[in-house]
Amino acid sequence: MPADPPSGGALTREDVAHLAGLARIDLTAAELDHLAPQLAVILESVAKVAEVAHGDVPATSHPLPLSNVFRSDDVRPGLTAEEALANAPEVEQQRFSVPRILGADE
Amino acid sequence: MTAATLLSYDDALARFDPVLGLEVHVELNTASKMFCACPTTFGAAPNSQVCPVCLGLPGALPVLNERAVAAAIRIGLALNCSIAAECRFARKNYFYPDMPKNFQTSQYDEPIAYDGWTEVAVDEAAYRIEIERVHMEEDTGKSLHVGGATGRIHGASHSLVDYNRAGIPLIEIVTKPIIGTGAAAPVVARAYVTHLRELLLSLGVSDVRMEQGSLRCDANASLRLGQDAPFGTRTETKNVNSLRSVERAVRYEICRQAAVLTDGGTVTQETRHWHEDTGITTPGRSKEQAEDYRYFPEPDLAPIAPDVAWVEQLRATLPEGPGRRRSRLQAAWGFSDLDMRDVVGAGALALVEQTIGAGAAPAAAKKWWLTELARRANEQGVELAELPVGPEQVAQVQALIDTGRINDKLARSVFDGLLAGEGTPEEIVAARGLEVVSDETALGAAVDRAIEANPGAADKVRAGKAAAAGALIGAVMAEMRGQADAGRVRDLILAKLSP
Repeated sequence: MPADPPSGGALTREDVAHLAGLARIDLTAAELDHLAPQLAVILESVAKVAEVAHGDVPATSHPLPLSNVFRSDDVRPGLTAEEALANAPEVEQQRFSVPRILGADE
Repeated sequence: MTAATLLSYDDALARFDPVLGLEVHVELNTASKMFCACPTTFGAAPNSQVCPVCLGLPGALPVLNERAVAAAIRIGLALNCSIAAECRFARKNYFYPDMPKNFQTSQYDEPIAYDGWTEVAVDEAAYRIEIERVHMEEDTGKSLHVGGATGRIHGASHSLVDYNRAGIPLIEIVTKPIIGTGAAAPVVARAYVTHLRELLLSLGVSDVRMEQGSLRCDANASLRLGQDAPFGTRTETKNVNSLRSVERAVRYEICRQAAVLTDGGTVTQETRHWHEDTGITTPGRSKEQAEDYRYFPEPDLAPIAPDVAWVEQLRATLPEGPGRRRSRLQAAWGFSDLDMRDVVGAGALALVEQTIGAGAAPAAAKKWWLTELARRANEQGVELAELPVGPEQVAQVQALIDTGRINDKLARSVFDGLLAGEGTPEEIVAARGLEVVSDETALGAAVDRAIEANPGAADKVRAGKAAAAGALIGAVMAEMRGQADAGRVRDLILAKLSP
């Protein structure tokens, strides 16, 4: 998949700030300074797996050699609306109420 | 929200060559959702068709709906695509409340079907549209935006989400750049979506009702300096939810971009929003770039490897091509070439076919769709298929005529009732008191009065001039306010005046 990790392998402070933005996590400058190197170390450790897997090991997205796991097109009851909404912080008109989606400047 | 400066369409076409790309999303008509067993019924109470899987609750595991995969493969085959030997789903990550999982399960670089084509006829010309890919994904929840103007997201204070639609199987059909259409670009765009809708209808995989959102279109358009020039920057117009809008939106974007370019500006690559009411497009929310979706293979769904035997079995279920289908139906219905061209041109082929299938005679089915209903669709600026009257109801109306309960004139009133959502044809006839008077005594009395009032005409009929009965029939029908069977009235008159 083309969603490659940032080129060069090393995770930069800018990468972490960008990902935090996508994930809607508000990180302070101090937190970025603190977390970016930690995440870089984690990624480097995981990347060691690549050193073990040589060309004879194909890239694997699924651990089991399974394909075509299907269900038939049958309807089964799920949750009631009351159950579905039981954990919603706010409910209005039997719907999940969520905060404003677009910022004021959008 | 102000309208942009536009160049006239003729000027735009004199200077630039338009290039199109169309993305069509179609909701499948499976009974259950893509990855869970929740029902997919349209219009159910909010959040009443949900479960831990489509709500993205922790620990829930998706399982793929086999019928949805079969439908995707059949769509691919009908569009002359290659079917992937193996493909996977991916997670498209984004934070937006329409997907409670915070990702949409979709196909990314491994679509189920790819590299196809289909042919679209516009007047006498045929355009070959190349298909890039057909992929499977799931629909998102539906948001109501509160506190802003007319339900728009801009200026809303908060939003209310209904997840009934989240997880309904969705197929995305993407064309390659459509070139060489010149001034016909908007018409070709509309013809392509019309053609796709007919095709999907004949495959029986979707309700393809644009007004209910089961068929949605995003139209990409760009301009270049000539047929050999490199492609220009494109815009993607969303919310194009009727066939007429497809044509209008493409035309608008051509005129808008031409004005920007002629003025020395550059077209911004962006998502734009089509406004049906004002007929313009405006910039949409800034879209996260493709890499920002951080696609990765969906670990909870096993890869799909449709075996050749299954694909061939599905191929055998494909309806015949449009050309052969037309010839077959024309022969079966006994229509002239002209009749057939009218039916196809009105986008009524499938509707007429289904009306006949529901019991109406071919001539009657054609008559209602091409006259009464075509007029009403035209008045409302919608396609025939978008009218709230379906083939089944048209056949029911015709059955009421065939059994002598109503006549053609009363049928128009029944259609008024159907369009106003007053119930079934039977209920409308009862509620509006439309039944023809079949009370022989009442009819006989009216005939007697007509003969008395028109002695001249009566004498002519007595003398053997049956054509003169017309004036008497007219008088009876007028007295009955149209609620009589004209054929029966004629019989009564002739019987009474037989020499």
